[in-house]
Amino acid sequence: MSRDWPRGLYQVLKDQGVRQVSVVPDAGHMELIRLCESDSRMELVRLTTEEEGVALAMGAWLGGDKSVLLTQSSGIGNCINMLAMLAVSQTPLTMLVTMRGDWGEFNPWQVPMGRATRPVLEEMGVLVSRANRADEVVPLAEGALRIAYNTFRPTALLIGQRLLGAKTFED
Amino acid sequence: MSTAKQEGSGGKLHRREVVKILLADRGGMLVVAGLGAPAWDATEAGDHPLTLPLWGGMGGAAMIGLGLAIAQPDRRVLVLTGDGEMLMGLGSLATIGARGTRNLAVVVLDNERYGETGMQATHTAYGVDLAAVARACGFAACTTVTTMDEVARLRGDVHTAAGPLFAQVKVDADKLPLVLPPRDATHLKNRLREALLGPKAHF
Repeated sequence: MSRDWPRGLYQVLKDQGVRQVSVVPDAGHMELIRLCESDSRMELVRLTTEEEGVALAMGAWLGGDKSVLLTQSSGIGNCINMLAMLAVSQTPLTMLVTMRGDWGEFNPWQVPMGRATRPVLEEMGVLVSRANRADEVVPLAEGALRIAYNTFRPTALLIGQRLLGAKTFED
Repeated sequence: MSTAKQEGSGGKLHRREVVKILLADRGGMLVVAGLGAPAWDATEAGDHPLTLPLWGGMGGAAMIGLGLAIAQPDRRVLVLTGDGEMLMGLGSLATIGARGTRNLAVVVLDNERYGETGMQATHTAYGVDLAAVARACGFAACTTVTTMDEVARLRGDVHTAAGPLFAQVKVDADKLPLVLPPRDATHLKNRLREALLGPKAHF
């Protein structure tokens, strides 16, 4: 199971009927992006900045599509004002957030936003859960999607750096 | 219709006349109206359940349109927004251009001003050419519109042309009376979903 969670995440997205997957790439999402990209029934939307994915989610839901945003934690900082739209309109979205700036971080520039990710999301009305172990990722993602689309609100799953492996800048 | 009414005091197009033409006989077209004047313009043309007027989310109008266009490939989607709003989301033009979407049109009502905050100049007042940006991003058709004849042609293209389509319509910077749409976002969202999806919108 340990390194197989991206495939499990992909299966959860399929099972929950997610159609639009928006993304600013992160190494932690590499496998999931590849799986979604090669699925002709999913629409992968490559973004220039993460807030585009929040606005895309609004349009997707208006049109009857479920969407997820794949982002690194630094990208949450780019989303703050746009998240107000989801809160005020009770529009669902699940964000799958790979963490930087926590366990074992090498790059000091990642730390402030890494520390702020959870409080910023919560202040904007997003329900946040966090996976610290590989075997938690898939069930927590399923829960985050269910809450979002059954109760009409944005949710986020933070995927901890310890389970992703900290980037070492040595390779 | 007199020529005077079609022009604002600066001699460019009158934004409300432009929007009235663009939204005439709209059929099943879905409309996203960017915050500020474009939302008031769309409301004066006729508040409509298939219009989402925005009261926030600045920079996001075109991306909302993209999400809608992907979800509803058999509908035409029109994003009507302002130059300030579009400038805040310039990256979304690259996102839309890179992806390509046949049923999406983005029309910028360009008065070269931030109209809600005191008519301060935007970058388009200093020569930034939004239609050229859209063209460089790979939009299928891009145009700058300065006459009502071109507006009438644009209305047809919005309904039929293979997109993504981009138009920059040069309009006057007149401060017009506010015509406000409903501002409860949950209501606006639910009424559009219900009009589009029927009863399953609520399940």
